[in-house]
Amino acid sequence: MTTVETATGAAKTMVLNMGPQHPSTHGVLRVALELDGETIVKAVPDLGYLHTGIEKSCEHKTYSQAITLTDRMDYLNPLGNNLVYCLAVEKLLGLEVPKRAQYIRVMMVELQRISSHLVWLGTHAIDMGAMSVFLYCFREREEILKIFERFAGQRMMTSYIRIWLARLQNVGKIKLEDAIAYSMSGPTLRAAGLAHDNRKIFPYSSYEEFRFDVPTRTDSDCFGRYMVRVAEIRESLKIVEQAMAKITDQGPIRTEAPGIIPPEREKMKTEMEALIYHFKIFTEGFSPPPGDAYVAIESPRGELGCYIASDGSPKPLRCHFRAPSFVNLQALPRIIEGQLLADVIACIGTIDIVLGDVDR
Amino acid sequence: MSESGGQSANVVAEQLRGWNANAVSEVIEFHGETTIVVPRELLRAAAEYCRANLQFNYLSDATSLDRFPIEPRFELNYHLVSIPNRSKIRLRTRVSGADPVVDSVVPVWPGAGWMEREIYDLMGIRFNGHPDLRRILLPDDWEGHPLRRDYPTEGFRDVPATFLPGFKK
Repeated sequence: MTTVETATGAAKTMVLNMGPQHPSTHGVLRVALELDGETIVKAVPDLGYLHTGIEKSCEHKTYSQAITLTDRMDYLNPLGNNLVYCLAVEKLLGLEVPKRAQYIRVMMVELQRISSHLVWLGTHAIDMGAMSVFLYCFREREEILKIFERFAGQRMMTSYIRIWLARLQNVGKIKLEDAIAYSMSGPTLRAAGLAHDNRKIFPYSSYEEFRFDVPTRTDSDCFGRYMVRVAEIRESLKIVEQAMAKITDQGPIRTEAPGIIPPEREKMKTEMEALIYHFKIFTEGFSPPPGDAYVAIESPRGELGCYIASDGSPKPLRCHFRAPSFVNLQALPRIIEGQLLADVIACIGTIDIVLGDVDR
Repeated sequence: MSESGGQSANVVAEQLRGWNANAVSEVIEFHGETTIVVPRELLRAAAEYCRANLQFNYLSDATSLDRFPIEPRFELNYHLVSIPNRSKIRLRTRVSGADPVVDSVVPVWPGAGWMEREIYDLMGIRFNGHPDLRRILLPDDWEGHPLRRDYPTEGFRDVPATFLPGFKK
């Protein structure tokens, strides 16, 4: 116990350790909280419990091999992680991907966004004491996961029961200028009133062809972030529907790039040159020209960036991921200091972190 | 395809030069991305100029890279976004292995706080004026900085078996 000066005079405070094994920290996040009664005086997040050195490992894999590592960062958004990594490598190589493949990518990452928001909604509902929402969310998510298995069709239903409203309104506010200054992104930034979405502002993978709204709120509290995500589920559905209408049954989904994209099986079995390419791609890999590229996409949690530097060899010189969970979590002390202990759970929940994304 | 948007990259470089003749040591264009290399001593001032005068109000990312054994081995890359102008630019500075220190940009963009801690933790570059420069992903007593190119991916040290009951050495 220590004595500190607070707004209401001198007070005895105590330090409470929350996590890393606490269900409401959504993984292995530890926050040391200095408390005056139930009010948070100071919050110090402690990370790294899930750090697996993914960026270092990438440097010792060929460009193709490293894709599997990206799945393991933000594990609620593996398709998005794959996409940002592939976009960065394609930029280094100067590769253009066929339209049909771009539409498939859009469909998949939007379905992924829905499934991710469903996991967020369900787990956050449990944090707030509503058990059944979780079951509905995971039932629906299951259908999306089946689609990921089959890569066809879509089904979706949103059932949300607002019993936790009172615990979210006016809790965990952050001002828009602070949200920008702290580099926040995704629903946390949009709930503060700024329609900043990389799909609109710096479109990739043909997003400029799709009509959708970027939901924003101005309340900038836990409830605002909640409402933005629920609205985003509907927008993602619009995008998936448009992509379904646009996509053609026929057409290439692979880029023509011998030496980078593996040849078709038939050609590999019948053509000498294709066999050589096949062999070279799977033993040595391919080598982008020296240089670097940074690509940012809009993941369910915000700006997911991938910075890759090539030295002209088949393995990346440096592969860095700008993880939205990591950057958004930085603002946690600013959001919860002065709030009540019980609200920490609502705040962590509505920032929507994935510890694999924080720690990488 | 240029991502620099309405504010062309050369305009940014020109404005920086107009502010300080030594501010821009190199401009690199690659795949539509513009990198402006600034001397290490001018990094924070150039960052402040970009934020205050060129509307780069959002620090998207800060990251580092090691070109060991080439000197200066370290590169720091700051990915800036101007939300009002819908444009992007990369500020870069180079840092030597003998003196891996640079001014922190936390006073310019508070969001740089954890990004610079991550760079310090994994790459071992120190930031002058950072309010809380501690390791962030690795334990405080970790030795070395794993993202350096001379730090091996495997076989750095033996895994101690002594803490496992029944596996005394």
